[in-house]
Amino acid sequence: MREIVIISGKGGAGKTTIAGAFAHLAENAILCDLDVDAPDLHLLLDPDKREESEFWSGHEAVIRAEDCVHCATCLNMCQFDAIEFSIEGYSVKPFRCEGCKVCVELCPAGAIDFPERKCGHWFVSDTRFGTMVHAQLFPGEENSGRLVTLLKQQARQRAEAGGLDLVLSDGTPGIGCPVIASLAGTDLAVVVTEPTPSGIHDLERVAELCEGFRTKVAVLVNKWDINPAMTEKIEAYCRDKGYTLLCRFPHNRAAVDSMLERKVLTEYDPGGLGTLLKQAWKDTLALLEK
Amino acid sequence: MIFAIASGKGGTGKTTVSASLATLWENDVTAVDLDVEEPNLHLFLNPEITGTEKGYVTVPEADEERCVKCGACRDICQFKAITLMAGTLLVFPEMCHGCGGCMAVCPEKALIPGRRELGEIVRGRSGNMEFLMGRLRIGEAMAPPLMRQVKERMGFIATGDVIIDAPPGVSCPAMNAVMDADAVVLVTEPTPFGFHDFKLAWEAFSPLGIPMGAVINRAGLGDSTVQNFCKEKGIPIWAEIPYDRAIAEAYSQGRVIADAVPGLRDTFLKLKEHMVAAAEENDMLGVFRA
Ligand code: SF4
Ligand code: SF4
Ligand code: SF4
Ligand code: SF4
Repeated sequence: MREIVIISGKGGAGKTTIAGAFAHLAENAILCDLDVDAPDLHLLLDPDKREESEFWSGHEAVIRAEDCVHCATCLNMCQFDAIEFSIEGYSVKPFRCEGCKVCVELCPAGAIDFPERKCGHWFVSDTRFGTMVHAQLFPGEENSGRLVTLLKQQARQRAEAGGLDLVLSDGTPGIGCPVIASLAGTDLAVVVTEPTPSGIHDLERVAELCEGFRTKVAVLVNKWDINPAMTEKIEAYCRDKGYTLLCRFPHNRAAVDSMLERKVLTEYDPGGLGTLLKQAWKDTLALLEK
Repeated sequence: MIFAIASGKGGTGKTTVSASLATLWENDVTAVDLDVEEPNLHLFLNPEITGTEKGYVTVPEADEERCVKCGACRDICQFKAITLMAGTLLVFPEMCHGCGGCMAVCPEKALIPGRRELGEIVRGRSGNMEFLMGRLRIGEAMAPPLMRQVKERMGFIATGDVIIDAPPGVSCPAMNAVMDADAVVLVTEPTPFGFHDFKLAWEAFSPLGIPMGAVINRAGLGDSTVQNFCKEKGIPIWAEIPYDRAIAEAYSQGRVIADAVPGLRDTFLKLKEHMVAAAEENDMLGVFRA
C-alpha cells in the first residue's frame, strides 16, 4: 500500500483545493483529512458520516478545593504555569495543563484528580469520491499528533480491508508535531507552495523535514504568475534538490468559485485548471512507481 | 497593550496584517512572531538582527551508577519518554515534555537535568520597532515551550505596545499566543474555507473573554457568509481589505502592503483605532468589575 500526503509548510497555500481534485482523480484510494485542527476537505467532499467516535487522549489535572491544604507544591512544581492561585484557592487552567501528572503525584493531600481528556471526534464517511476518514479536535487541544496517527492507522486498515492500494491525505500545515505524524510512513509528499518570500521559506523547511523521514518530495507552485521571478527561484531550488516539479498552477478566481460551488476543479475544468491537475496527478502516480 | 493577530488558519493574511500594523504604529511597539513553526514576519519587516539565543527544554539524563531500577520515573512519565527495558534505563529526550516529574520522584537522585534544543529566539530592530521571534528547530515537535520562552523575553524587552503574529489554527499553540492579549484581530477570507475556519476560531477564542474584531481579507472574492455571521454574532468588522491582484503581487515581493498599495494605509490606521479602542474599553470594564 502506498501513501501520498499533500502538505504546504503553511496553511492557505491551496493544499485542500489540490487535495480535493486529487481525491476525485484517485481510483482505489481511501481519503483522509489529517488537518485535525482546521479540517476543510469535507467542505468540498460533503461527507456523509457513517461512523463517529470520540477521541480521548491524555489526562488533565483537576484540584478538589475541599481537600487542598494550600501548600503550593503544585504551583511550584508545575512547569507549564497551569496552576493558578486566587482568592478562591488553587485551581488548574485546563488550557495550560499538559497532563504531566507531576502535581497529582506530589500533592501531599492527594487533592488532585487526573481524569482522561476528551479531545475531539473522528469520523468515517462516504463521499462521492469514496471513503474518507477525518476528525475534528476541540479548540485548544494539543494532542493533534496522536489524532493524526490514529487517522492514518484507520485509513490504512480500511484500505487494506477494502483491497485498496492508496491512502491519499490532505496533510497539516506547519512543521511541528502534526506534520511529523503526517509524514511518518508516507511515500510521497506533494508540497503546495506559492511564489512569495514566505512560500519559499516554508517550502525549504518542510522539504528538509520530509528528507528526515525519507519521504519523496514533489512540488506544485500555486499562483505562479503572481511572481514569475520567484517561481523561477523555487523551480531552481527544486532542480537543485532533485524534487520533481509537478505543476505551475495559475492565479485564478475559479479556485474560489469551485469552493463556493462545493465542487473540485477536475469536476468541471474551469479555464483548463482541471486539465492541469489531471496531468499533475498522473505525474504524481508515476513518481510512486520510481 | 498586547494585540494578537490570529486566524483560524494560515494563509489568510495574518502576517501581512501584522507587518502593516507594526509598520504604521507610531507609539513604541514590539513586533513578535509567535508562529514559531513558520515564522515569516521578519521577511516583511527586515529587522536588523541584534541577538540570537538558543531555547532549550530541560530533559533528564541518567546516572546509571546511581539508578536502582525502581521504575518510579517510568511510572510518572506520561509521555513514554523514560522507560526500563530488560533492566536498562532508557531515556528518549525527543519525547520529553520537560515536566520534571521523573527528576522529582527519583529516590536515588539518579536523574540530572540535561537539555534538548528547541530552536532559537531571535531579537532585532527595524527602525523604532523592536522585533522578536522564535524559530523551531526542524524535527522538533513541541512548539509551545519555545513560544513560552519567546513570551518571557517579550516580558523583558517590550516597552509600549506589542503586536503578536500568532500561529494559525485554534489548537494549543494558537490559544497560547492569544491568551494574554488585550484585543484579538481575527483575519479571515470571505470563502467557505475562510468562513469555516473563522467560525472555529471565534468559538475557540470567545471563552477567553478578550475583545475580538474581524479583518476580512480579499473582500469581494467569495460571498458574504462571513459578514453575515459577524452581524449575527455581533462581531465587529474592523477592516476589509479588498481582493486586488496588486496586493497579492506586493505581498509576493515581500512588501508591507500598507506601504505598497495606495489607500490601504488608511484602512490599517482605522483598524488600529478600533483595536486600541476595544482594548481600552475592556480595560475600563475590568476596572469596574474589580
Ligand atoms: S499540592 Fe495539593 S494541597 Fe498543595 S496547593 Fe496544590 S492542590 Fe493544594
Ligand atoms: S498535570 Fe502537570 S501540567 Fe497539569 S497542572 Fe499538574 S503539573 Fe501542571
Ligand atoms: S521530565 Fe517529564 S516528560 Fe520528561 S522524561 Fe521526565 S517525566 Fe517524562
Ligand atoms: S526513579 Fe531513579 S532510581 Fe528509579 S528507575 Fe528511575 S532513575 Fe532509576
